Amino acid sequence: MSFEITAGEMVFLTGHSGAGKSTLFKLLAAIERPTSGTIVINGQNLAALRRNAIPYLRRKLGLIFQDRKLLFDRTVLDNVLLPLSIVGHPVKDAPRRAQAALAKVGLPNRAKAFPITLSGGEQQRLAIARAVVNRPAVILADEPTANLDAASAIEILEIFRAFQQVGVTVVIATHDPLLMARLNPRILRLDQGQMSEPLCAPAANGIAS
Amino acid sequence: MTTWLVQHLTAMRDALRRLFGAPLNTLLSLVVIGVALTLPTAGWLAIENLRAVAGDNPGVQQISIFLTLDAGQPEIAEIESRLQQARPGSWRYVARDEALKDLRKSAGMTEIIGSLPKNPLPDAFIVTPGDVQPESLELLAKTFASWPKIAHVQLDSAWVKRLDALLRLGKLIVVLLAVLFAGALVAITFNTIRLQILAQAAEIEVAKLIGATNSYIQRPLHYFGMLQGALGGLCAALLVSTGSHFLTPPVAELAQLYGGSFTLQGLSTTDIVALTAIGGGLGWLGAKISALIHLRRIS
Repeated sequence: MSFEITAGEMVFLTGHSGAGKSTLFKLLAAIERPTSGTIVINGQNLAALRRNAIPYLRRKLGLIFQDRKLLFDRTVLDNVLLPLSIVGHPVKDAPRRAQAALAKVGLPNRAKAFPITLSGGEQQRLAIARAVVNRPAVILADEPTANLDAASAIEILEIFRAFQQVGVTVVIATHDPLLMARLNPRILRLDQGQMSEPLCAPAANGIAS
Repeated sequence: MTTWLVQHLTAMRDALRRLFGAPLNTLLSLVVIGVALTLPTAGWLAIENLRAVAGDNPGVQQISIFLTLDAGQPEIAEIESRLQQARPGSWRYVARDEALKDLRKSAGMTEIIGSLPKNPLPDAFIVTPGDVQPESLELLAKTFASWPKIAHVQLDSAWVKRLDALLRLGKLIVVLLAVLFAGALVAITFNTIRLQILAQAAEIEVAKLIGATNSYIQRPLHYFGMLQGALGGLCAALLVSTGSHFLTPPVAELAQLYGGSFTLQGLSTTDIVALTAIGGGLGWLGAKISALIHLRRIS
């Protein structure tokens, strides 16, 4: 299969369980390496990426994992500070930056709380805050609305749309029909490792299949 | 450059936080490392002090050449000229009458000497060699003994040799101890870091997933090992200094009883700095090895 996503696009990867959404997510984040073929992000071929270049690729991506991977022994603020610490962001400025990210996802007052005290929707928003605090050009989210009620899922989706509107490329792997119905985005459907585009709602730009 | 500095400062702060975050653990580790470093350090200090005692005693490095009783002025002149040729260092001639006079001054000897029918003492040369290596002293004594009209050459080298051999053995033991305990320090740090990695597996995994390099993960661990080792070295310095502080008065008293003056030398500032640096270096090594091995298991 072959597909292309242009900068600033919002794309949904969909398909039922086991179709390969998560695998594709992992391939894009270089968590798994392709055995053949090429994956090009910003002109960089992931298949040919050296091991020690992987961290620098991941810093350019805002990754939101299916199981969120929050650190429960740290406060909300410390969770968001982690990516800043990884890139060596000045320590004095970091809290302000983290606080801004928390404000963007609607958690401005929970900085001192521990993630365990947050609701599922809030935890997801925290995961988004952590993903965007370094201002990545691309957000990759794996099932961001799994296990959330409809209202929370819609809130999460609105956050993603806000990022897309300021020029961030957003790729969401989901099988949630509700989301797709609401936003009417470009949808890439995965089925048994095959890709198809059933509803080309927005102008389908730059697709090679 | 600034990013590099920020990352190192952050790692150092992180390591310090972890050290002081578990004070009991840290204290126990420091005591173990301190004791491990104390033994070789104390041994080294003892050897250094013994060497100072051996080196300070000038009587040790003298060779006495006693002439036969029938030796006259020509023989004495002959020995003198031979000494001038051999240039063994400095020497002085002690005439038999002079020696008797000296002996008479010693307490309780006057009467004994007065009862003697004639002077039993021989003429003698006392040589203070320039080269005080036990081997060369031995060689000198042999040379002197081969000269004519020499009754006896006395070299106090037997105990010098014994002490030297003993010091060398002691040094070897200290080196072996040091290697053994250095290994222990590396092992202790290795295990501490292993436990830390296990405890922080989740954090390390997340950090790697969102773009942390291996250096970012390892840096605080290296700092932790280094700080723990360095503090352990300081602990050892403290233990050894306390020990030598308590030993100084009795050692001085003992020296006085033997008619000498000797002060036990404790650790100098340089020694303490060196000990801290060695502890830090070994701790860093243990942390480095541990991080290499255990981080590989976390993808």
